[in-house]
Amino acid sequence: MTSDLPLAGLRVLDFAQFLAGPAAALRLADLGAEVIKIERPDGGDLCRAMVVNEQRLDGDSLVFHTFNRGKKSVAADLKNPGDLARVRALVGTADVMIHNFRPGVMERIGLGFEAVQALNPGLVYGAVSGYGAEGPWKDKPGQDLLVQSLSGIAWLNGNDGDGPVPTGFAMLDVATAGQLVQGILACLVRRGVTGRGGLVEVDLMSAALDMTFEQFTCFLNDEAGQPRRHAQGNANPYQPAPYGVYRTADGHMALAMAPLARVAALLQAPEIAAFGQNQAFVRLDEIKAVVAGVLIREPTQHWLDILEPAGLWCAPVLDWPAFAATEGFAALDPVQVIRTESGAEARTTRCPIRIDGKLLRNPAGGPALGADTEAVLGPLPAAAPA
Amino acid sequence: MTGPLDGVTVVDFSQFLAGPYAALRLLDLGARVIKVEQPDRGDLCRYHYVSDTRIDGESTLFHAINRGKESLTLDLKSPEGRARAHRLVAVADVVIQNFRPGVIDRLGLSYATASALRPGLVYGSISGYGESGDWAGLPGQDLLAQARSGVMGLSGNRGQGPVPVGLPLADIAAGACLAQGLLAGLYRQARSGIGAHVQTSLLEALIDLQFEFLSTWMNNGRVPPQRLAQGSAHGYLAAPYGVYDTAKGHLALAMTPLPALAEALDQPGLAEPLADLDAFRDREAIRALLQAVFATRSADAWERDLGARGIWCARVRDWPDMLAEGGPAVAGMLRPAGDLARVAAPLRIDGVRPEPALRGPGLNEHGAALASEFGLG
Repeated sequence: MTSDLPLAGLRVLDFAQFLAGPAAALRLADLGAEVIKIERPDGGDLCRAMVVNEQRLDGDSLVFHTFNRGKKSVAADLKNPGDLARVRALVGTADVMIHNFRPGVMERIGLGFEAVQALNPGLVYGAVSGYGAEGPWKDKPGQDLLVQSLSGIAWLNGNDGDGPVPTGFAMLDVATAGQLVQGILACLVRRGVTGRGGLVEVDLMSAALDMTFEQFTCFLNDEAGQPRRHAQGNANPYQPAPYGVYRTADGHMALAMAPLARVAALLQAPEIAAFGQNQAFVRLDEIKAVVAGVLIREPTQHWLDILEPAGLWCAPVLDWPAFAATEGFAALDPVQVIRTESGAEARTTRCPIRIDGKLLRNPAGGPALGADTEAVLGPLPAAAPA
Repeated sequence: MTGPLDGVTVVDFSQFLAGPYAALRLLDLGARVIKVEQPDRGDLCRYHYVSDTRIDGESTLFHAINRGKESLTLDLKSPEGRARAHRLVAVADVVIQNFRPGVIDRLGLSYATASALRPGLVYGSISGYGESGDWAGLPGQDLLAQARSGVMGLSGNRGQGPVPVGLPLADIAAGACLAQGLLAGLYRQARSGIGAHVQTSLLEALIDLQFEFLSTWMNNGRVPPQRLAQGSAHGYLAAPYGVYDTAKGHLALAMTPLPALAEALDQPGLAEPLADLDAFRDREAIRALLQAVFATRSADAWERDLGARGIWCARVRDWPDMLAEGGPAVAGMLRPAGDLARVAAPLRIDGVRPEPALRGPGLNEHGAALASEFGLG
């Protein structure tokens, strides 16, 4: 990486496994930080063995490389006093550390926030949990699907009459990682002023509430209770007609906020104009059924050619092959090739943030378990035991 | 509390959600946010009603997104308004804008202009689809960006057609990415004095949200994820991952080794058929076997008994259930008091969650005070 990246010179220790913690460390790495994973000697990050879709790279799961590209790996058994002393010495050299052990585990090891502050007062300490350190759910597994299920998110997707429909990817892990990065960077800015580090705590449940904060605020301030999903093409239970997804003669299209009279005029569908704009909420299912009856008659492009030039907010619904073939995708140049030490290659996406017009890329794959143990720990003097 | 960004001034020219969400995150972390709005109506979000919920005649959403900010109106198309905007930018640490590509240049507030006015400025731009290419001029709206990004093929069941994520996923994700880039820029600015132009887009944020899946797909010969016929929750994960119908309610099951699940379910008859099936290839058959078992008891009972045996599962809640049962993890983020119930920041700094302000500002509520403070005339 080039040294003019904003976080150049920053050292991050990543004690986390799976997704949320390592994804936060990945973002810091993309922004220029040196990230060192601290892993169990036997097997390391459990994600190395979490093979999705039977895909591996250099023996580890492809998803491990996706979350951990460009990082270093130190193998250390935190239950072994010798290893722990060396890790404590490493903590003394770090700017940031991140972990996602369950509440209390790092304290028992002697690497809780207070112990680490004593060792390195300027360190910014990031902790990820499922549900915070208290409450009836604190011992539940902090796993994306389960938090989606507990937080009501599974009742926002899909249509009225469907059962719960979870978002089909680890949305909350990625969102939680983003929150952690924000808190850590804010504390680093403060450290520049005050010299002191800080503790940043995030959890998947709080991220779930934050992802829904717009709608959840409606729920909190509305007597209506649980929002009802639209009967068809639901894309947000609180949006009025025509908001949603519709079938066309040859596929699907999305229609966002649009005045009903404009929709009626452009689609030449007086049956839509029969509904007043003040009915867009209360009769949304009826209105959407009428709109659906019109849009099914012609192919997607036919409607886009009418609606887009008129300034109506609409889009074709693309799957990945179609999306990846578009000029819009190519213009973002979002793909990068990563390469492991042994030369194995895979394609993944880049950091979604651009700095000074430059794309942030880091072509290194994930590290082999313990690949950097001696290089990193070797030069360090032993720290006093905890 | 005094947040870590105490003393940082953000001048926010953006409207709707993605840009204002980034500013909200910086505000919760301690920054002062000055919202610059057009004089006639202000941020269009003030009139963007979802459901019929309003506070003081303005949309609840507006207050949720803009709580604690100061409002100043400037007509950026007039020379006077532009001159005042320039004076404000000259004292800002961070500027945020989400106009369509090219518009900010015409308004005379591009990064080049702004950073000349305020060397070291950290400047953030959010677009819908980047600044070049066929899509650059398209409306950067959440649902439309979702439609174009492939994300609608990941949720819901096989045969169901595209299923949007039913919350403003792209807006919030892009706002979060921008906040991260701005903070990294502030960190570098404090150390080296160098400013930064941070850019992201709804589409880049959606690609990032799908990065695990897209990486898999780009390396597997483009075999798409397969949604299940029922209870689908992840197109690339093996059984039993997904949602099951029970005698009462629904149960979500995360990654679980099948032998451990069969044992925890106390179903000796299940072990044999499961042993013959492949957890990935035979997901549908495994789901059918398990579904028959889960249908015999309530989701509450399954969650209690399986949870006690270390199986990763949860009964699926709606919002009233979550509020009733979530305890401090949920209550800690909610501020029901006052005229607007609010959702607080999703993080704690030094053990304290930033306290959210009661509401958003009235249009130009702080105009006179800010004009006096910054000599805007």
